[in-house]
Amino acid sequence: MSGHPLERAVHAALGQVYDPELDEPITDLGFVRSVDVTDEGRVTVHLRLPTSFCSPNFAYLMASDAKDAVTALADVTQAAVLLDDHHDSELINRGLAADAGYRGTFGAEAESDLEELRETFRRKAHTAAMERTLTSLLRQRPELAEERLYDVVLGDLPDAPATRALLRRRADLGLGTASTDPVLVDEHGDRFPPGEIPLRLRFARAVRISIDGNAHFCRGLLRTRYPDSAADQTPRAEEPAYAASPTGSATHSPMNHPVKENVS
Amino acid sequence: MYSKDGESYFIVDAHIALWDARPDNQLNVHGKQFIDCFYDYHRNLSPASELWPYEEYLYYGGERLMKDLFTDGYVDHAIFQPARLGAFYRNGFGQTEEAFALARQHPDKLTYNHCWDPRFEQAGLDQLRRDAGRFGLKGVKLYTAEWHGDSRGYKLDDPWSRRYLETAQELGIKNIHIHKGPTIRPLDRDAFDVADVDQVATDFPELNFVVEHCGLPRLEDFCWIATQEPNVHAGLAVAMPFIHTRPRYFAQIIGELLYWLDEDRIQFSSDYALWTPRWLVERFVDFQIPEDMDEYPPLTVAQKKKILGLNAAAMYDIPVPAAYQLTPAVVA
Repeated sequence: MSGHPLERAVHAALGQVYDPELDEPITDLGFVRSVDVTDEGRVTVHLRLPTSFCSPNFAYLMASDAKDAVTALADVTQAAVLLDDHHDSELINRGLAADAGYRGTFGAEAESDLEELRETFRRKAHTAAMERTLTSLLRQRPELAEERLYDVVLGDLPDAPATRALLRRRADLGLGTASTDPVLVDEHGDRFPPGEIPLRLRFARAVRISIDGNAHFCRGLLRTRYPDSAADQTPRAEEPAYAASPTGSATHSPMNHPVKENVS
Repeated sequence: MYSKDGESYFIVDAHIALWDARPDNQLNVHGKQFIDCFYDYHRNLSPASELWPYEEYLYYGGERLMKDLFTDGYVDHAIFQPARLGAFYRNGFGQTEEAFALARQHPDKLTYNHCWDPRFEQAGLDQLRRDAGRFGLKGVKLYTAEWHGDSRGYKLDDPWSRRYLETAQELGIKNIHIHKGPTIRPLDRDAFDVADVDQVATDFPELNFVVEHCGLPRLEDFCWIATQEPNVHAGLAVAMPFIHTRPRYFAQIIGELLYWLDEDRIQFSSDYALWTPRWLVERFVDFQIPEDMDEYPPLTVAQKKKILGLNAAAMYDIPVPAAYQLTPAVVA
């Protein structure tokens, strides 16, 4: 990164753009290939993804969010964001250049908007962040039975990165962040009945494993595709360990499943 | 078959392909992008000793397939799961005639599953009836992100898709392998979402739905529906090679699948030629859940036998010699 103040500002702005699926800034993932700025405030950003077949809707979301973030900077007079080497590069880059929006970019393939998609992944990011804090808490307090997580409130969590990450994801979903707010909640902020808690925690763990697994795989694929991207990637936080599994939940089976429903 | 430590394993590779991605067969840049994506998967997840040169990866032919699977790879029976990708490859990606000829030559070793696309509507349905007879179909492979005209994907519960499933049920094509990809119509929603599998699994209880990649990258959504739908199964294509690069992640995948499903609904596959079966079989037989991950019970020999072959053999009525079946001692 050069010393140009505007370039630093652009990088900082791109650091606020998240990959919704992996729940990480595109800068940490190495998705920002280059940033060029001129003295007149013209900015050109190139983005790259792990494969040319990454989902086009997510690719568009990240690229359009990147353009919005850069355009919003005071000293930027003109912003261009280009997605490289993707099967929809031509389509997406044309749409971005024309500020055509999602429907203007994808035409008949777009029905309304990508808000539902964003919301789905905000919920997943929250679920995973919740699991990280609670699993950590169970490890630190082996006497705490899983069912008692019903009573755990935000104020019971340590002042740690995982807690701050949870608060940010709660805010993204519009959930409360007061110290008296319960931690183990659904996407509306409602507690689960105590009897359901082991299953809900177990599901949250599957969500977290899925997101973490994808994040590692996508990082690796990006490095395979663009070996120079390794230098740009920031390591992802390590998974929590489960030294003490408080209830021996491995022997449970999901027999008493709640009423059939869809989670996504 | 594979033997180790006095145990013998019957191996069914439930997802293999005979593809042709050479430049002559590429219809446009997407043909190259697609195989390059596969090759990066291969390079990223394979041990160095198992890497193929790019040229060989583009096309390997039937002879090499037979050697990699049956001479070197311990496989007793393998099932073709072809992707057509007609928008990317002139003569399709999966080579129907070549694969089917090979299956006819080695009926004891190979099963040919075909594919359909419900967006061909009535003409495709008529074709399905002919294909079912010609290929003697027991199963099909459906790639929901296939591009077709101005549509780049479909859902399994779309009206025409349901008609194809009804026809499959009528024709005795019982095993529906689902492969989710990055595109869907409309693009508003997550293309990897498996809610449509949930719908059709409920509505077609006589059919088996094998979700390839065990739902990855949406393992959790897959587990949630599979625990509720007894006719939904997990295919381990793409998940298997994590056994090498990220064994702890692999342990989590297997641990979660065994928790949410059960040991009878998980099928091994190499996803040949994305990867070759030899090293995957060897590693899986040696594999154990790390001791500190005590949220998962250890894998048993019986579970490994089921996953490596007995489950898919049961689904496809593949005869298993008595020596490879579970003995009561192993079950206990």
